[in-house]
Amino acid sequence: MVVEYRKDLFADERADDFDVVGKPILRQDILGHVTGRSPFYDDHLFDGLLHMRCVRSPHHHARIRSVDASGAERMAGVVKVLSARDVPVNVNTLLSLINFGRDDEPLLATDKVSYVGQPILAIVATSVRAAEAAVQAVRVDYEELPFVLDVEEALKPEAPVVNAEYPNNTFDYADTYDHQKLRFGDVDKGFAEADHIVEATYQMSPIEQAPIETCGAIAAPETNDRITVYTSTQGLFFSVGVTAKQLDLNSARLHFIGGTVGGGFGGKVDSHHEPLAALACLATGKPVKYMWDRAEEMQVGAPRGGERWKIKDGVARDGRILARMFTGFFDAGAFTRLSSYAVQKSTGHLPGPYSIPNVASNVYCVYTNRTPSTAMRGFGITACDFAIERHMDKVARAVGMDPIELRILNAYRDGDMKAHRRAAKNCALIESCQVVAQKTGWALSGEAMRASSKIGGGEGALGLIPETVIDEEGRIGERRRTGLGPEPDAGQGARRRLPQGHSAHNSSAFGNAPQREDMAAEQERSGFKAPMAPTAPAPKPAEPAPVAPPAAAAPVTGGPSLPSAYTARPAASLPTPPEPPRPAPTAAAPPPPPPQPEDPARPHFQRAVKRPGVSRFLSGTRRR
Amino acid sequence: MKTPITFTLNGEEAAVFVDPGGNLLDVLRRGCGDLSPKYGCGQGGCGACTVMIDGEAHIACLTLAETVAGRRVDTAGGLADGPDLHPLQIAFMEGFAAQCGYCTPGMLMAAKALLDRNPNPTRAEVDEAISGNLCRCTGYEPIIDAILEAAKHRGAA
Ligand code: FES
Ligand code: FES
Repeated sequence: MVVEYRKDLFADERADDFDVVGKPILRQDILGHVTGRSPFYDDHLFDGLLHMRCVRSPHHHARIRSVDASGAERMAGVVKVLSARDVPVNVNTLLSLINFGRDDEPLLATDKVSYVGQPILAIVATSVRAAEAAVQAVRVDYEELPFVLDVEEALKPEAPVVNAEYPNNTFDYADTYDHQKLRFGDVDKGFAEADHIVEATYQMSPIEQAPIETCGAIAAPETNDRITVYTSTQGLFFSVGVTAKQLDLNSARLHFIGGTVGGGFGGKVDSHHEPLAALACLATGKPVKYMWDRAEEMQVGAPRGGERWKIKDGVARDGRILARMFTGFFDAGAFTRLSSYAVQKSTGHLPGPYSIPNVASNVYCVYTNRTPSTAMRGFGITACDFAIERHMDKVARAVGMDPIELRILNAYRDGDMKAHRRAAKNCALIESCQVVAQKTGWALSGEAMRASSKIGGGEGALGLIPETVIDEEGRIGERRRTGLGPEPDAGQGARRRLPQGHSAHNSSAFGNAPQREDMAAEQERSGFKAPMAPTAPAPKPAEPAPVAPPAAAAPVTGGPSLPSAYTARPAASLPTPPEPPRPAPTAAAPPPPPPQPEDPARPHFQRAVKRPGVSRFLSGTRRR
Repeated sequence: MKTPITFTLNGEEAAVFVDPGGNLLDVLRRGCGDLSPKYGCGQGGCGACTVMIDGEAHIACLTLAETVAGRRVDTAGGLADGPDLHPLQIAFMEGFAAQCGYCTPGMLMAAKALLDRNPNPTRAEVDEAISGNLCRCTGYEPIIDAILEAAKHRGAA
């Protein structure tokens, strides 16, 4: 493969001359690889090594009535049977280490299982075979529960609650919002002006990372009261932190050795092996290996989550995209792991590398009774890019335009304002399209060949960190109140212009105290409050709530309606109206409620409580 | 009941006790301490455990350990001659034919078995020889290139 580095197209951000691309180089670890001496975690030998196997759920969703391990405990070779009671801090979520999300996943299941393969007991024995035989001897009495495997089904009011910590089956952003939102311009206006409306749904399936080395860890007692853990983890410090938390140990007692990973691709960050192996090591005083076999790797190993994207474009006759609206569903499986973050990544990626004046998106992190998903190579980005680029081709067909020319027409130019209120810089999509067309002999019009990304920003803007547009009240971007209804409560406190680069999302979305002093003003401004204790899951109503608050009008009713964009689709395919309705411009409907005056005494809005007129961010219409 | 067996491992005599039904991969790794063959699946699907038995490539995880008694077993751990690397090892290094390196010992042994019996293979023959070996990182092209490169080098030597 010939690698061409086109400095004429891409920014010369640093003065260094790249002298590596296109030339062979020896990896620093290659000698170990070709001699078979690279130290993978399983390449450490111990006398008296014990082996661990787990009792796993055969059901998608079931209540555990009882577990009888007495037979297994008496079997030859069995050293220890570990259950949830043996884990000091059994429930965790990976990103709790950065205060993002609530602890929702037990290391070993207690009262119910939520996916096939969820571990219930960990059995430690002198051989793999003995551990496997003991697993077979455990009797678990299950009461099967209804399960849900589809993201949109999971959002219906009658759907079973997958994850008790998140009874709406959606991750709560900042403990409040059931989705991640992006708003720029006014999509309805864009759709009204458009000559064509192009709509489609795209589905990406889950993908197993399938590393050739299966995930695992060996924990061995040291002579100085520490535990050494050899692990395949891709996130060594995540694994140390999780192990210290779940075992309630000072991390100084944990000596983690990793870094030699037999392929990971994202699938080795979940940090479930290390705490279990270390726990078993503490409980037995012996070195213990917890290594998945291939079947576990494929069935229990967290895959890239499936994603469903619905895209609706309003396009002018000449190919300009005037409005683009997304509804995205990220299938987290039964527990959060990294899916909450994947949704943020994808939202940050919309609407693709195109200058679109009106953009709206709602992206949901949805719980289903599937294997929990986790990181994998560009998760949150690749699927949404797939959807966007397929959609560009669809748009090209709809307006009868060459697909490359359509991209050139709509591509970001330097200086364009992105939907995230940052000016685009170092754009090179146009030039890349032109090079591709040239190299493949694809004929482009003279106009498309003459197009350039260097408009507005120009050369001088390359390499600069673009300024974040902040309005007079310190908010990011210009505010477009018109037609959008009242803004959410912004809290009290002095409005200040923030130091550059401090996005309003940095602190408020993460539910943690600001780590830098200069972010305190920001925190105050955003109305942030310390994360509240998780509220007890609301009892599930037997039937859908009889009366919907006005702001949550269902798409099928008349009167105030969803943005026209969303009513075009059959109501059945609409799990959740993406935005509280506002009157269609032509319909005789009540005017939007006036903006609420700021009331310092008003409490921060509660999770899953619909407060019409307060927030247009709340669209939790599922259960109230 | 463990059975004592002896065999030749990378040119040296090896003597181990094996469990009934024990597989060669376990015996090599835990019994003999040769960690170069890897466990990837334990069911013959990935080739990470490939070794040579009497000059032929075999899947160690599906080989009953007792069957190698009195035979010659070669692994990637014995490929180099002291500090001198085998041409295949050099070609893999220079051709960037490994990333995580987990499949590499198995790939090398599958390739060596091929080159020992067919010093000038075609690309299709290389393809065929490593068709039982999975690599999730590198992609097969650099690996095939490296094997062909090693063949060229060996031919010249
Ligand atoms: S471990 Fe032997 S073929 Fe996979
Ligand atoms: S280099 Fe990682 S599997 Fe081949």
